[in-house]
This record gives sequence, structure tokens and C-alpha cells, in this order.
Amino acid sequence: MAVFICPNCEYTYDETRGDPREGWPAGTPFAEIDEDWTCPDCGVREQVDFLPIEEFVHNDQDGNVVSKETREQALARQREEQV
Amino acid sequence: MTVSAEVDGQVVEWTDKKRYLWIMGAIIPLIPMMIWGLFSLTEWHVWWYFGPFFVFVLIPLFDLLAGLDPNNPPDELIEALEEDRYYRWVTFAFIPLQIVGFLWGCFLLGDGTLFGWDPFSTSVLPGITENLTWYDKVGLATGMGMVAGIGINTAHELGHKKEELERWFARVALAQTAYGHFYIEHNRGHHVRVATPEDPASGRLGETVWEFMPRTVFGSLSSAWELEKKRFARLKKSPYSLKNDLINAWMFTVLLWGVAMAAFGWQIFPYLVIQAILGIWLLESVNYLEHYGMKRAKLESGRYERVNPSHSWNSNNIGTNVLLYHLQRHSDHHANPTRRYQALRDFKEAPVLPTGYAGMIVATWIPQVWRAIMDKRVLAHYDGDVTQANVHPRMKTKYYARYGAHETPEEVAA
Repeated sequence: MAVFICPNCEYTYDETRGDPREGWPAGTPFAEIDEDWTCPDCGVREQVDFLPIEEFVHNDQDGNVVSKETREQALARQREEQV
Repeated sequence: MTVSAEVDGQVVEWTDKKRYLWIMGAIIPLIPMMIWGLFSLTEWHVWWYFGPFFVFVLIPLFDLLAGLDPNNPPDELIEALEEDRYYRWVTFAFIPLQIVGFLWGCFLLGDGTLFGWDPFSTSVLPGITENLTWYDKVGLATGMGMVAGIGINTAHELGHKKEELERWFARVALAQTAYGHFYIEHNRGHHVRVATPEDPASGRLGETVWEFMPRTVFGSLSSAWELEKKRFARLKKSPYSLKNDLINAWMFTVLLWGVAMAAFGWQIFPYLVIQAILGIWLLESVNYLEHYGMKRAKLESGRYERVNPSHSWNSNNIGTNVLLYHLQRHSDHHANPTRRYQALRDFKEAPVLPTGYAGMIVATWIPQVWRAIMDKRVLAHYDGDVTQANVHPRMKTKYYARYGAHETPEEVAA
């Protein structure tokens, strides 16, 4: 299961956990999410703008990293799951 | 205090000159107490109207005298600055003070009764020897309305954050104005459609603030409801639920107003309505001017271009910036909505207003004055090409003729 990240605010969508509050139950593949679904945290990126977390380097707006910590946590969780 | 970080072996340092000024924002909710204090000292009835005087005279004057602060934190320190919890406490402090100030105002409006009991009957109210007249009360309600409107701005700062506590506080701050749906509509409606003709909360070129008011108030409400309805449809549940973020945010108002009326008498209700309307009007005036005339270009894919610094009006005036938590660094806010206020930067290429938001609101009152100040700036921003601006449909023919543009045959037919 893959993790996708909002390239603006670094909200992460983890397919294993989904986002039940948004109407995406655990296990919902990212590809099945509506294309015009907006990032629940910043609202300024849509499903089509999200990146697989491994490909994310920096904020696509101005290059500033917002929350390195959250991103590292999500990556660590993903690595654990794979082990 | 200086923030510092080590980047590639080099230490980068920066001092926030506004660091301690931010506390000023938390003093605003005490306006009802200030008014009461000033009146009991002098017995001058004009003090009851101190709220609008403060917002529309003192702050604009302060902005003109104190000048600009174009200082930006270096990119390397944005993260460290966001992590500094001091800034969070400044916004948190606003919330309890807002509740206390509101209840104090309600107590004065209720002529000193407390759950039907009259503990101050001999002196009517503490420090005051006569009953408040109706026009004193209206004045006090206008002051409470100013706090309420600035409270929506505090809710705005908090509601954009990822932490549950901050989102919860945002709803508390919106209770006074019954504007709980703002926190949904603003984040997931306004930010998505900003500076497009579809956004109810972006002012259009040629539109007066008075036309804008009903359009934004009702448009935002219906958009907020649609957003939650859509979410509940995905959940396959009915939106008529306490889990609906609009309904639970409105419950904060039911509770706050309910407690106030139970304690100080139902007679205060008309004044609660007045202060809520003024608070909403203050906030929506800011919405009107923040993106006045700005339009994002439509791409071939049918999507709008991404919001960029050219789509918002900015100001570096210190007074309004301190009271509104850098709201006027609006371009950076729209580029990075979750970024904390202390880390917002001024973009040199972004359009700038002639003065702070507070003074600009005064200019909106008379549409002729507003247009005289702003229309030429919008046109200059688009290099004289009016077709690139977000023109109000009613004014389209007039503006196109004035600025030498031609409507396409489809536009004429529409």
C-alpha cells in the first residue's frame, strides 16, 4: 500500500489507513479518490496534484519544507509496514 | 529574541521585530471592559462608541504613522519559527479573553441582572450610576461587533492549522458571530476558488461592497453546506447530524448565546444580533478588498491556474498586520495556507494596497471613493487589459468601453 503526499502542506494519504472522515475508508486506493478532491488540510492541491511520498523533495510552491517531521513519520511508518 | 538554525555548517540568525507586538492582538477582546472603564471614569456617553472609533480611526492613523515593516524571515528559518510555541500561545490567549469580554458586554447590556436576580440594584451597574440608554447599548454592541469581526480573523488563523486543538479553538472564536460555517467554507471553498468569478468571497472589479455583502454571506453559506453534503454523501450518511462540521460549529453559538441570555436576560437578543452582523460585515469587508478585481487565468485543461502572489492585495502596515496576525501578507497565505502567521513573508512582486486593511475598509463605504482609489491599480496590475480582471457582470459593458476592450460575441449574448 502506497502513501501519497500533498506537495503544498505535506498532508499524507496512506492507502492502508485511508481517511474515513473524508469518506475514504481504510484500504481505499488513491487512484479511486475523486480527481477534484481537495487536500483536507490546505485546500489548494487536488488529488491529481499529489505525489507518491518517495518522490517528494520540497514544497512545489516555493521550495520551503513545512513539516519535515510529519513526512519522516509517515515514511517511517511505511517502512515498518513493509518489514 | 533571535531564531537561529544551522544550514550547511553556517549559522543563520533572524530577529522578529514584531515578536512582542503580537500580544497586542489579544488585547482587542477586552474592548468591552475598556469602554466600561472609560465611561465610569468620565461619564461621557461617546465612549460607548469607542469600538468603531478604534478600528476605523485609531488603527488607520497608526498605520499611516508607524509605517511599513517589509522584513521577511530567511527561508532557512521558516521551520524553526513555526515550531516556536510562543506564537501559538499568543493566538490561544485571544480565545478566553474573547469569551470574558463578550460576557462582560452582555452583562452590561442586561442592566446588571444575573439569572433574574439584581445584585447591583442600588448602583445599577458596578461603577455606573445610571441605566444605560438604548443608544449607549447600541454603541456597546458596535464595539462588541468589532471584537467579533477580529475574532473571525483569529479563528481564520487557527482554523487553517492541522492540530485538533487549534481547529477547536477556531470554532469557539466563531461562536460570537454565529459564523461557524466560515471555517469549512473558507478552507475548502474560498481557497480553492479564490480570484475566480465563481468564488462568492472574492470582490469583483466594479462591484460595490454593498452588492458584495449579500453575495458573499449567502453564497458562502450555501457553498459550505454543499461541501459538507458532498462529504456526507461519500460517507453514505445524512448531513443532518451533529458530526456535520457546520452543525457542530453552530452549536457553539447556541451554547454561548444561550448562556448569555439565560444569565443576563433574553432582552439582550437584539444587541447580540447587531454585534454579530457588524462582526460579519467587518470580516466580509476584508474579503471584498483582499482579492478585488483579481482573476486567475483558465488553463486549456479547464482548471484555473494555480493561485500565485499576483492574486491577492497585500500590505506591510504594522498596525493592521499585528492585529490581524499578518493577514495582509495575503499572497503568501494563499500560496501556503497552513503556514503560521509569524512565518508569512512579503513578496516583492505582489500587488500592494495604498494603506492597511483597516483604512481601506473605510474607503469601501463610498463606492465612488473606492473605485477612484482601486480601479486604476487593478488596471495597472493587468497592464491596462481589463479583460484579464474579474469584472462584475453588471459593470462589464461599461468597464470594457471605458478601458478600450471589446466583449466577445458570446459575452454579448450572455
